[in-house]
Amino acid sequence: MAAFGTAAGRPLQARGGSAGFRFTLYAALAVVTMYLDQRAHYLEQVRYVLEAAAYPIQLAVNSPPAAWAWLKASFQARAALQAENAQLRARQRDLELLAMRYDALARDNGELRGLHAALPPVVDHWLAAEIVNIQLNSLRQKLLINRGAANGVFTAQAVLDDKGLIGQTTHIGPWSAEVILITDPEHAVPVRVERTGLRTIAVGAGDTTSLALPYLPGNADIRAGDLLVTSGLGGVFPEGYPVARVTEVHRDAVQPLAQVRAAPLAHIDSDSEVMLVWFRAGHPAAPVPNTLGGDLKSGNRDMQPQATAAAAGTATTPPATPSSTGQAAAPQPTPAPGGQE
Amino acid sequence: MIAEGRGRLLISAFVALLLTVLPLPPWLDVLRPAFLVLAVLYWSINAPRTGGIALGFFAGLALDVFQGPVLGEHALALTLVSYIAVREHQRIRSKPAIQQALIVFAALIVYEIVLFTIDGWTGRAVTTPLRWVHTLSGALIWPPAAAVLAYAAGRRS
Repeated sequence: MAAFGTAAGRPLQARGGSAGFRFTLYAALAVVTMYLDQRAHYLEQVRYVLEAAAYPIQLAVNSPPAAWAWLKASFQARAALQAENAQLRARQRDLELLAMRYDALARDNGELRGLHAALPPVVDHWLAAEIVNIQLNSLRQKLLINRGAANGVFTAQAVLDDKGLIGQTTHIGPWSAEVILITDPEHAVPVRVERTGLRTIAVGAGDTTSLALPYLPGNADIRAGDLLVTSGLGGVFPEGYPVARVTEVHRDAVQPLAQVRAAPLAHIDSDSEVMLVWFRAGHPAAPVPNTLGGDLKSGNRDMQPQATAAAAGTATTPPATPSSTGQAAAPQPTPAPGGQE
Repeated sequence: MIAEGRGRLLISAFVALLLTVLPLPPWLDVLRPAFLVLAVLYWSINAPRTGGIALGFFAGLALDVFQGPVLGEHALALTLVSYIAVREHQRIRSKPAIQQALIVFAALIVYEIVLFTIDGWTGRAVTTPLRWVHTLSGALIWPPAAAVLAYAAGRRS
C-alpha cells in the first residue's frame, strides 16, 4: 500500500523509466523475505499479523458453503434428526460400556508396570475447532481452523478427530490456525505397525484417502489390513493413536523396498470439526516438547552431544562475548577483556 | 483519474484474490486458473504505470499469506512476471487476443517454474504434473478474463 502512495507522488516519466530498477528492488525484497522466513524464522510476528489480516477474507470466502450447510441442516427432516439422535445414543452406550472397564484396566496396567497408581490419561484437555477453509489439492493439504493463539493453540500441536489423526498446526494467527494434514506430501508421521511393532514413517500421498510408507524393505512383515498407530517419536503426537489402515502392499523382487499404501482413519474430507489436543507434560507417553524447538538443519540443541557445545564455547565465545558486553553495558573490570586492551 | 484507476485495480485484484482462495472441490481446484496472476498480467500490460511491479509484489505477498509455504515465494514469481509484462507491454497490447493468450501461457509457465524451483530449494518439492494444469486453463480463460477486466477498467477498445 505504501508503495502505491509513494509512486503516486512522483512524476509519470520517472516512474515509467525505472522498471528494471523497481524489479531489482522488489525481487531482492522477496528473496530477503524468503530467506528470513525460511532460514532464520524472523518473520513469525509478521506472519502472525498477516494471518490476522487474512482471516476475515477466508471467513468471507467460506461463507457460501457454510451458509449452504447451515440451510441444509436447518431444513433437515425431523425423522432424519431422530434417527441420528437414536444412533448417537446407541453409540454413547457402547462407549460407556467400554469406559466402564477403562478404570480397572488402567489400574491393572499400572500394577503390571510396577507403578503405585494408575497413570492419568495422556490427554490433558482438548478443544473443538471448526474448519473454516479447506485447501485440498495434490500440492498442499491444509485446513484453516477457527482457533488460534487467543485460545492457547501453539505451533506443531496435534489435531485429531474422533477416528484418528488429522495433522498438526503450522502457522498460528490470533484467531485462526493452519493445520497441515497427514496426507500432505510435505507431512510425515512416525508410525508403528500395531500387529508387529515394526516402526516406519508414513508420508502423505497428496490426496485425502492415502498415505505412503516408502521406507519399508521388501521383506517387511506388513500386510493389508494392518493398523498403523503413532509411534511416539517425532515429538508431536503421543504414542498409540490410530493413524491409518494398510490397504495395499506391493512386493517386487527387483525393488529393494516394498510399496505400501494406507488409508487414513480420520474422516478428513467429511469432517466439519476437529479436536486440538493438549497433552500432560510429565506423562511417559506424552510427546517430548523439547524436540519441537529443533529443525532439520540444527536439530534439537538439548539432544546434541555436550562435547560440541563445549567445544564451540571454548573456541569462539569467550573472546567475542565478554568484550562486546563489557564495552556495551558497563566497564566492569573482568579478567577477560584485559587482553583486548 | 489515476486515483480512480487505482481503485478499480485494487478492487479487481481483491476479487481475483477471493476467486483464488475460494474453496473448490479437488478436481476443480486443479483446473482453477491463477486469477490473481491473470489480473496482475492484465494491469501490467494495460496500465503499467498504475499497477506494475509493485502490484505484482504485493499481490504475490497476499498469495503467500494464503497458500505459500514461504513468505516471498509468490511475491518473487509475480514480480518477475509483472516485470516482463511491463517491459513488453506495448508489444503485447497490440497483439490479438489469441496471441495474447499464448504470451500469457508462456508467462504462467515462467511463473510456475519460479514457484517449482523455490519449492524445491526450500525442501518442499511438489513434482506432480497436475501443478502445471492451471497454466493451460489460465491461457484458455485469458480472452474472456481480459474482456471482463477491460469492462471493469471502463475501457472501450
